[in-house]
Amino acid sequence: MTLTGWAQTLVFFLIVLAMTKPLGLYMAGIFEGERTFLSPVLEPVELLVYRLGGVRQDEEMTWASYALALLAFSVVGFLYLYLVLRTQQWLPFNPQHVGNMSPELAFNTAISFLTNTNWQFYSGETAMSYFAQMAGLAWHNFVSAAAGIAVAIAVVRGVVRSSCKTLGNFWVDLTRSCLYVLLPIAIVFGLFLVWQGVPQNFNDYRTVRSVSGFVQHITGGPMASQEVIKELGTNGGGFVNANSASPNENPTPLSDLVEMLLIFSIGSGLTYTYGRMAKDTRQGWALFGAMAILFFAGFAATYAAEAAGNPLVHHIGVAGGNMEGKECRFGVSASALFATVTTDTSCGAVNAMHDSFMPLGGLVPLVNMQLGEVIFGGAGSGLYGMIAFVVLTVFIAGLMVGRTPELLGKKIERREVQFALLAILVTPILVLVPTAIAVLVPAGVATLGNAGPHGFSEILYAFSSTNANNGSAFAGLGPNGFYYLMTATNMFFGRFAVIIAVLALAGALAGKKAAPAGAGTFTTNSGVFVGLLIGVILIVGALTFLPADVLGPVAEHLALMNGRTF
Amino acid sequence: MIKHLLVAVRVTLVSVAIFGFIYPLFMTGVAQLVFPWQANGSLVTASGRVVGSAIIGQLWTQPQYFHGRPSAAGSGYDPTQTGGTNLAPSSKKLIDTTRATIARLERENPDGTYPACEAHCAPPMDLVTSSASGIDPDISPDGAYYQAARIARARHLELARIYAVIAAHEQGRTFGLLGEPRVNVLELNLALEALR
Repeated sequence: MTLTGWAQTLVFFLIVLAMTKPLGLYMAGIFEGERTFLSPVLEPVELLVYRLGGVRQDEEMTWASYALALLAFSVVGFLYLYLVLRTQQWLPFNPQHVGNMSPELAFNTAISFLTNTNWQFYSGETAMSYFAQMAGLAWHNFVSAAAGIAVAIAVVRGVVRSSCKTLGNFWVDLTRSCLYVLLPIAIVFGLFLVWQGVPQNFNDYRTVRSVSGFVQHITGGPMASQEVIKELGTNGGGFVNANSASPNENPTPLSDLVEMLLIFSIGSGLTYTYGRMAKDTRQGWALFGAMAILFFAGFAATYAAEAAGNPLVHHIGVAGGNMEGKECRFGVSASALFATVTTDTSCGAVNAMHDSFMPLGGLVPLVNMQLGEVIFGGAGSGLYGMIAFVVLTVFIAGLMVGRTPELLGKKIERREVQFALLAILVTPILVLVPTAIAVLVPAGVATLGNAGPHGFSEILYAFSSTNANNGSAFAGLGPNGFYYLMTATNMFFGRFAVIIAVLALAGALAGKKAAPAGAGTFTTNSGVFVGLLIGVILIVGALTFLPADVLGPVAEHLALMNGRTF
Repeated sequence: MIKHLLVAVRVTLVSVAIFGFIYPLFMTGVAQLVFPWQANGSLVTASGRVVGSAIIGQLWTQPQYFHGRPSAAGSGYDPTQTGGTNLAPSSKKLIDTTRATIARLERENPDGTYPACEAHCAPPMDLVTSSASGIDPDISPDGAYYQAARIARARHLELARIYAVIAAHEQGRTFGLLGEPRVNVLELNLALEALR
């Protein structure tokens, strides 16, 4: 580890800290229906969307109606993308004459982008037309992120409203997320990325011959416009196979910094939005504090492991940190930072190959996903996941001190705890059960890229990633029919089971009366609460996943330290 | 639910028009106007023809050129098949491949050395490991110095001139903070070609 490596991370974090309040304040205004400095330009577009979409702007929805609207939108979005992928050969913007996708791969990919996961069993350079990339995948990158933000806002409304049946209007929240939050940032930073070198064209791949006689095909496409929303919306699906490790998607250390900031921006901003809407910004900063502590702990562990390097390589004569599957312009520290950031959130973009990380370096991304992506988290999903943990923490604290637990003046009772637990338990069930099935059936181990405990880690990582809607991979794991089906199922329930549970929780909370805080109220904006919250997150994660993680990364680490290869 | 579905279809159509077409086409228009070189792939020309992209690495095998890192992209540095080896640190295949790479580099550069190294120098880490993209355009400065003696010999030039080329093309950390020091291999080799 070096001082520069840590300084880089510190600067990154300070920028995140600095942008949390302005962005959070802006988003709070957007979702409370205020006009902003962008309204003169965007309001006509917004109203046009409502008119053409048949949206009744002032209609309020119950939690169930909100969830149904989201599901209806998801069904249509799935069918649309599936159709595009199956017919891209005949659609325009296809200079490479890419063929239609097979049904099982199109199914898996459509579910993957619908759920904001962007798990990719294809290579973008050869399997996707420019049409499918921009009008299929990048469109999903916008709307799936906006849907996540919408749900988070609905959940916040549930927490802060009292004696109220409704949570807002899904179509309005979706539209406002897309137009006022995502689009302006995407335009500004998309152009920033072009400046740094990310291509933005519709050119055919260009064949070039170098001075040495070496011939290669320079790929193209509308990359920057997709790259920026891929990070901002915590989608993570690369335009090309190597994702943000490719110099096309991430050409410089500066583009790398900006991409990481984009990944954290919505998640960190929403903590402030939450505090603002709760009329107590310390509520938001408490969540931010818990997230920040977990972020630094994860980074320190990954960085230490990667900087220490591979003793097996040291043994054959070469010293240094682990550079296998990493890019020279990023090196060990920026790669460790990106891996932490992308798995704290549900992004899943990578600037280095996680499969080639040291066992303990790869353990951190794995654990981050298993904790449910609540460390800043996905666009929206981080906040609503965290609120489920908050409810559980308040409940446990209430049990410890023997008082009725409260959140912002509302009693947390059986129903609320049940919904919160449901949201939290989706993760262990959908990670551990499919992993167990995969190691038992031949198809589950047929396409592993590595042997020994690392092979098991590849399976565990795949289900942790798809369940958490992350989409990063230990990419040695190859596709087959088993994984097409299993990961698609996992992504679907990982997204929608949690969303329905938290919306139900929000609906239950919204209907309650808020009582003023008394002397015996356990506050949720204090340092003690931050500590408890972290404790609950880690205990739930550690208890559930420790045995599996020991069989994978920890076993590999111990074997490797003893000089064993597989 | 039917009502929601109808709205869903209409909102999908409208939003695909905005975010699926107008947005990327607008971005392409602006990018082509403001940053045309980057937007079209940062193409580099030498003696009047395009020889590559400034941001995409190439496969170099002849002794008179600087070589890049091992690549897992297709048959080497294929931008249409980007990716890493995805081999685990405990993989036998990885360790065997790395050992073979070290042996090859030591054969090709019997007198390879770099500033931080005294006496016999093993190749630097980046030269023996595959990049994540398979098209990494850079190597570490050490990785360049390590190859300098071989290139000087192949080109019948003084070592000092090769060192000067490397020094002139070394890129530091951005703002002294971000990323790692490095040199772009295509840039180096084009500079070498201009030497004679």
